[in-house]
Amino acid sequence: MSVLVDQNTRVLFQGFTGREASFHAQASLDYGTKVVGGVTPGKGGLMHLGLPVFNTVTDAVKHTGATASVIFVPPPYAADAIMEAVDAGVPLVVCITEGIPTADMVQVREFMRGKPSRLIGPNCPGIISPGKCKIGIMPAHIHKQGNIGVVSRSGTLTYEAVGQLTKLGIGQSTCIGIGGDPIIGTSFLDAIQLFNADVDTHAIVMIGEIGGNAEEAAAEYIQANVKKPVVGFIAGQTAPPGRRMGHAGAIISGGSGKAEDKMKAMKEAGITVCATPAEIGEKVKSRL
Amino acid sequence: MKIHEYQAKAILAKYGVPVPRGEVAFTVDEAEAAAKKIGGSVVVKAQIHAGGRGKGGGVKVAKDYLEAAEIAKKMLGMRLVTHQTGPEGRIVQRLLVEETLPIARELYLGIVLDRVQGKPVFMASAAGGMDIEEVAAKSPESILKELLEPGYGLGPFQARSMAYGMGVESESASGAVSTMIGLAKAYDGMDASLAEINPFIVSEDGKVYALDAKFTLDDNALYRHKDLLDLRDLNEEDPLEVEASRFSLNYIKLDGDIACMVNGAGLAMATMDIVKYAGGSPANFLDVGGGANAEQIKNAFRILLSDAGVKAVLINIFGGILRCDVLATGVVNAARELNVKVPIVVRMEGTNVEMGQEILRTSGFNFTVADGMRDAADKVVLAAQGTKA
Repeated sequence: MSVLVDQNTRVLFQGFTGREASFHAQASLDYGTKVVGGVTPGKGGLMHLGLPVFNTVTDAVKHTGATASVIFVPPPYAADAIMEAVDAGVPLVVCITEGIPTADMVQVREFMRGKPSRLIGPNCPGIISPGKCKIGIMPAHIHKQGNIGVVSRSGTLTYEAVGQLTKLGIGQSTCIGIGGDPIIGTSFLDAIQLFNADVDTHAIVMIGEIGGNAEEAAAEYIQANVKKPVVGFIAGQTAPPGRRMGHAGAIISGGSGKAEDKMKAMKEAGITVCATPAEIGEKVKSRL
Repeated sequence: MKIHEYQAKAILAKYGVPVPRGEVAFTVDEAEAAAKKIGGSVVVKAQIHAGGRGKGGGVKVAKDYLEAAEIAKKMLGMRLVTHQTGPEGRIVQRLLVEETLPIARELYLGIVLDRVQGKPVFMASAAGGMDIEEVAAKSPESILKELLEPGYGLGPFQARSMAYGMGVESESASGAVSTMIGLAKAYDGMDASLAEINPFIVSEDGKVYALDAKFTLDDNALYRHKDLLDLRDLNEEDPLEVEASRFSLNYIKLDGDIACMVNGAGLAMATMDIVKYAGGSPANFLDVGGGANAEQIKNAFRILLSDAGVKAVLINIFGGILRCDVLATGVVNAARELNVKVPIVVRMEGTNVEMGQEILRTSGFNFTVADGMRDAADKVVLAAQGTKA
C-alpha cells in the first residue's frame, strides 16, 4: 500500500501544454502513471501528448474521471488554478508552482475550508508512490518501492535522503514534498497521520527546516501517537536569523523557527534526529 | 523587500494613521531646512533597514535647527552598528527629521502571518518601544491578538477590544482604533509580510501617533505593486546579493571562507550545515534553482568568487533530471573563463554521473570529486585549510 496516490490514481495536468508541464507529464507517463489529460484554457478540444486538453477542470473531470490534479501554472494564476480544482471536486490537488503571493494562499486556505479536497504544496516537488504513481518533478530513478514514508519541506534535500535510502536497498511507500512556503495545504502532521495509518509504511523520515513550528507540532503528535520509528533532519542549523533562506517559509523570525528548537522537540518526542544530512539513510537502517 | 521608516510613515499617513510632522533629508542642508520648517526641537533619525538605531547613536534630539544641522553633519555618512546590522554596520545616507512629541504612553501594534491559522494576526501590547520578541518571551499573555479575516480585515470591534485591553483612555480610543484599522488596511493593500508601529504613542494631550514604523513586503507579490518597487534602496542590500538577484540566483552572504553552490534551498542549507559540522565555515548560501543551467552556473561562480574571503568552493548538485555531464561541462567552462584559482570540490548526483566526474578529472583544473555530502564537506574543509597555510 501507499498513501494518497497509487496505481489507480487518475492524474490531470493544469497548465498542461506549457513546457515544464509537458516535460513532467511525459516523465509521469513513462513511469506508468495514469495521466488522463490536462487543462489549458483556450486549448480545449486539442490533443497533447496523445491526451485530451480541456478548457476547465470541471470539464476535464467529467470526461476523464480524474482523481488528482497537478498544477504547473505561473504564480499570478496559480491560486486561481488551485481553487478551480477544489471547486471541481478533485480529491487531491498538487501545486508545484513556486512564488505564489502569501495573500493569495490565505484566500485559498479560506476557500478550501469545509471542502473535501486535499492540497499538497505549493512550492513543492510533488508526491510519488514508487512503482505506482509519480505526480511532480522528482527524478523517478532514485526511488524504489518499499516501506518508508518520507515527508519533507524541501525538493533536492528529499532526493538526497531518498537516494541514500535506495542505495542502501531501502524502498519507500510514498514520498510527499509538502513545500517550502509559509502557507501549505498538507502539513507534517497531516502526512505523519497518513503514514501512521498505512500498514505498509514501517518507518517515517521527516525532513524539516527553519521557520514556523510545524515540526514541533508534528513531534508532539508523534510522541503521543506514533509507534513506528521516525528519523528526522532539520536544515538551516547555520542559517542567520532574519534572512529568508531561499524558501519563502524558511526564516527565523522573532526568535522562533530555529533549527535547534525543532531538533530538541523532535529528540524529546523520541525521533532519531540526524546531525547531518549525510546520515539519514544509515539512521533509518539502524531503526528498522 | 524592506522599506525605510519615512517611506512606511508616508504610506501609513495615506491610510489615515497620524504620524509626526517630518521630512526626509539626504544632505545637511536639507536636514537644516526641514528642522527650520518644523520649528522648535526636532528628532533626527538615521534611516537604515535595521532596528536598534537609538542604542547605536542613530536617533538624536536637537533643541533647534542649528543643532539639527550639527547632528546631521555627524550622522550622514557614519557607520551605524546595531544588534541587527552585524559588525560591519550600515552607512547612513538618509535622515528623517521630525517634530518631537510629549509622550504619555508607548504601545506596540503589529501584524504578521499566523502560519497555523493561515491568516494574518494583529498583535497589540501595552509594552511599546520594546522588541515584541522580548515581550513574547517574558509575558506572552500580555500580547493581545486578533485574526484578520480574509476579505474583511480588522473589524472595529476587534480594534476596540485591543485598545481597551491595553488600557487606552476613552479620549484616545477612537484614534487608536482608526490607527489599527489603517495599519491592517496598509498590510493588506501592500501585500506586506510584516507591519509594525512600535512605539505607537499616546501624547500628553491624548493624541495618538505612529512614532516608528516598519514594513516588510512579500517579494512574491511585488509584481502587482510596481509603485512600491521605487521604494527599494539598493544601498541597504549587499552588492553581491543584488547582483545575484539579477540572475534569479538566491544568494546570501555569510562570513565564512567556504563558498557553496547548491541546487535547491533545503539542500543548500543542509550543505552549509554539514560544512560547519566538518569544521569549516560557509561563506554563503546559494541556491541556483532546481534545474540549474550552464549560464547560471557561470554567473553563480563569478558571484561566489567576487567574495575575496573565499578559500575553497563546494559545488553540491543533486541533479536528478539535470544531466551531470552537462553540469560538469558548465563548471569546467566557467572555471576556464573566470580563471579560477581556488580549489573546487564537486559532489554531484544524477544521470550520467560517471561521465560528469570524468570530465572534471581530465579538465586540468584543481577539481576534487567527492562521493556523498560528508566526503564533500571533509574534502572542502581540508582544501580551505590548505589554501590558508
